[in-house]
Amino acid sequence: MKKQNQNLVFLAVLLVVILGASIAVDAALPSYHIAIKVIKKATVYALVAVSMNLLNGFTGLFSLGQAGFMLLGAFSYGVLTIPVDKRAGVYQYFDGGAIKFSLPEVFAGFLGDSLGSVVGMLAALLVGGLLAALMAWLIGLPVLRLKSDYLAIATLGFAEILRAFFQWNALGPITNGSNLLKSYPDFAHATSYIILAGALVALILLLINSTYGRAFKAIRDDEVAAEAMGINLAKHKRMAFIISSFFAGVGGGMLAMYNGTIAAASFKSTMTYEILLIVVIGGIGSISGSIIASFLYIFSSEWLLRGLDSGVFLGIEAPGVFKNGFRMAVFSVIIMVIVLFFRKGLMGDKELPDLLRLRSRRKEAPSK
Amino acid sequence: MGQLLPYLINGVSVGGQYALIAIGYTLVYGILRLINFAHGDVFMVAGLVMVYATSAMPMYLALPLVLVITVLLGFTIERVAYKPLRTAPRMSVMISAIGVSYLIQNLAFYFTGGIPQPVTTPIPWISENISLLGASTKRVTLVTPVLTILLVLVLVYLINHTRMGMAMRAAAKDFETAQLMGIKINSVISMTFVIGSFLAAVGSMLYFTNYPSVGITSGGMPGLKAFVAAVFGGIGSIPGAVVGAFIIGLCEEVIKGLGYTTFSDAFTFALLIVVLCVKPTGLFGEKVTDKV
Amino acid sequence: MKKVFAMLLALALTLSLAACGGGSGSSGSGDAQTGGDSGSGSNPVVKIGVFEPQTGDNGAGGKQEILGMQYANYVQPTVDIGGTTYDVQLEIVDNRTTAENGPSAAAELMNRDVSVVLGSYGSGVSSAGGSVFAEAGVPAIGVTCTNPQVTSDCDVYFRICFTDPFQGPALASYAYDGLGVTTAYTLAMLGSDYDQGLVYYFKEAFEALGGTVISDDFPEGSANFVSYINKATSSGAGVIFAPVSTNYAQLIIEAAGAQGYEGSLLGSDTWDNNMVAQSTIGKDVSVEVTTFYQEGGNESFDSGIKEWINSNADAKTNNGGNDEVSAVTAMGYDAYFTALEALKAAGSTDASAVLEALPSISYEGVCGLIEFDEIGDAKRDQAYIKRANTETGTWDFVKVQGVE
Repeated sequence: MKKQNQNLVFLAVLLVVILGASIAVDAALPSYHIAIKVIKKATVYALVAVSMNLLNGFTGLFSLGQAGFMLLGAFSYGVLTIPVDKRAGVYQYFDGGAIKFSLPEVFAGFLGDSLGSVVGMLAALLVGGLLAALMAWLIGLPVLRLKSDYLAIATLGFAEILRAFFQWNALGPITNGSNLLKSYPDFAHATSYIILAGALVALILLLINSTYGRAFKAIRDDEVAAEAMGINLAKHKRMAFIISSFFAGVGGGMLAMYNGTIAAASFKSTMTYEILLIVVIGGIGSISGSIIASFLYIFSSEWLLRGLDSGVFLGIEAPGVFKNGFRMAVFSVIIMVIVLFFRKGLMGDKELPDLLRLRSRRKEAPSK
Repeated sequence: MGQLLPYLINGVSVGGQYALIAIGYTLVYGILRLINFAHGDVFMVAGLVMVYATSAMPMYLALPLVLVITVLLGFTIERVAYKPLRTAPRMSVMISAIGVSYLIQNLAFYFTGGIPQPVTTPIPWISENISLLGASTKRVTLVTPVLTILLVLVLVYLINHTRMGMAMRAAAKDFETAQLMGIKINSVISMTFVIGSFLAAVGSMLYFTNYPSVGITSGGMPGLKAFVAAVFGGIGSIPGAVVGAFIIGLCEEVIKGLGYTTFSDAFTFALLIVVLCVKPTGLFGEKVTDKV
Repeated sequence: MKKVFAMLLALALTLSLAACGGGSGSSGSGDAQTGGDSGSGSNPVVKIGVFEPQTGDNGAGGKQEILGMQYANYVQPTVDIGGTTYDVQLEIVDNRTTAENGPSAAAELMNRDVSVVLGSYGSGVSSAGGSVFAEAGVPAIGVTCTNPQVTSDCDVYFRICFTDPFQGPALASYAYDGLGVTTAYTLAMLGSDYDQGLVYYFKEAFEALGGTVISDDFPEGSANFVSYINKATSSGAGVIFAPVSTNYAQLIIEAAGAQGYEGSLLGSDTWDNNMVAQSTIGKDVSVEVTTFYQEGGNESFDSGIKEWINSNADAKTNNGGNDEVSAVTAMGYDAYFTALEALKAAGSTDASAVLEALPSISYEGVCGLIEFDEIGDAKRDQAYIKRANTETGTWDFVKVQGVE
């Protein structure tokens, strides 16, 4: 009881601090400032990384289909929210496209402009998540019977197949074929991203701490034992797969929002690998680890370490060394070091509150 | 028929190139149960080394150098990235493989500046054009399948008739028992990586004779498709990998010939999933209960 | 113990982040790279952002475009704005060709406080960056992004090149009337909006002229184009129109040469690259492209930039190892001077003043007169057609092409 209270207090304090910080950042900086862009992107990646962790870290299912589910979410968001009068321009090769409504405008019709469009955007994200979940259910039927690496390669294959379909010109009136979707609405403030992603991560946390979460962990640790304990393997695996895909879909929608344009070409297996590596850096099986790693990774790769690519870093001028690609080379070396020598990543399977408690206990110990 | 012929010739050639990569996957998987994601990138590095070497030195030095460097690379990857994780869960090793692939691509990116390197001095003779039954093609198109089959025959002989081959078969059958019986498991594993990289280097030289430039992602697609070929033929089986590679190469080209190019990559993956779900042991794979 | 290590690692990462966070702000001046050695340092500085790919599929083209800007900066390192002489500093940020890297690269430029942005080479990433520029109210001058969407839905985006709805039909009428071809085969990469867009306009115009078009797509990462060439041959197409990126252009030329394709290969502005011309050496192919500028169009510019490229090893490497002037380089040069004109007209380094001044700019560049219409597109009705010389690996001028 006491432990739970401590956790709650800790979480509440953390939430207030983060919210306060993000509101302050939003107020102080213009919406095009790189700090805001990077916070937005990191938040989205955090959500997607946590969703992947739910599957790979908590259920032990090694899936590499994340990019495919994100693609579904991104396209649903774009297709459903592009304002009607912009459609002729966006679908310039497909006569304005097949879909002639826009969710934010539909909701704005009876909820008022500002509230309606927010509800519409959220609804579009939700649709994206649900579609991804539906697709996961379909894919799960055959592939969830496969084990570890076969599952990985099969889900990777599914993501590639999905991408081919979205680029198919015959579906162009909906997906715009190979052309960009753009001109759809976005949340201007980083705080909106943090609240949205935070709420979704909180849902995942609740799930992990429920009976279902314990069943997932049991399956991860030992399938045979879990089954002997009466856990329905097929059902729980399917559930984890569908739930993870739902959040990946919503995350994809948010990524689309951040990017301002959607092209199927960007949802390649490289994106999945990147997310997987974030999960590994943070620690497989640690939600807070994934979140911290996402922020570290996105902040440094998109902003702080840009100097590594452009000749000057920490005041050292060495254009011969610090040229294009050095940033990513340094990153991949760090990642390999973590994979080989710090296999638990930053957090292992611990969460932030666990670590703090550990330290306070250590402090108490000598005084006793 | 006359219409389809060029596609068939091309398919056989593409299949031969896939086959040389697929063997690397199938050998490693057979022993370590590891999808070596970095294998496609080793293939790409071989191409890059070939580009640099052939423009800097005469052919008779350059080509052996490509083989040596590629083999060393494969050997090093195994020693550095896979060996320390031998007792770790399979997922860790696979993540390590993905990490290596990411590392190789980013390093190649750094050194090439992210720009595809043009093949300025292709290997003579095999890069010359010839005319075959009315269709014009490079000589390499015909050389590839022949060379592939020759190399596979040699490899099968090695595996069936040498001590090292026997050790490899034993390790593939039962890793731990083989170790208990006094087989030096680490040298066996190194050997599989050496053979795999060697064949990938040969494949790479043939592949990039046909194409004008080597890009840093050139290895990705051939790598994945070769893996699918290995699964299709029954992973762990060398003849299976070769047959699977030729079938996939042919199917791909025929699909292009029929006008469904949008789905020529997707088809390969669809085939993979169907095979995994219907007959997970592939065409020639042995029946092992806990494999899939 | 491991946990301590992990924490240390995290700490080290965070510290290094914090350290370079401070560093990147102050070290901005060094990012001007080779173009930055301008002026005495006593003048105030005006920054021009360069939003170009240096890596990825369009890396080669982007680098050549930057060369033009760097050369222009070398020729004209200062500008008089409202009576004060400013040093011009180029702020180059790599957008890595792809749309998903656009927003943060664009935001990075905004962070460096630029007055106007030049770029990008491709259209997709320009669209992605455009929304950030619009939020910040900083004008952008597109150099060779030809998709109509870049400017149509973005108030701050201008461009100095022609657009696809012009280029496609221009190529179509060249193929139909100039080459006398009635069947065309088009080849575009799946997932590339540039390729697909140009093919769309080409097809529309070619069919309107009375021709037949057979279209194919190839998946990204394709290396084998033999099947496509065979298909073009067997369908009797007299021309293959493939508005693809430079890498694929070389692959297609290779395959066409090997298969002995007898018709013409028709390319768009992306094909206008030394490496493409060089890949035709010794092959029995006919390669024709539309482009913005023809070498020899302006003697003093040509000789000046050749001298500069030859004296600068980095520049030469970025230009593909020789001193052929690509059209994109000339366009980059013009874009820089257009930006200077806008700065002068604005009389201020303030981005919003530049934005106001841009629509009324009229500047005679090496690639022709630059004036903007109400959308922000350049008023252009002519493209140059060039043919690759299969002996020397250079481009020969064919004709000036308009739309009929």
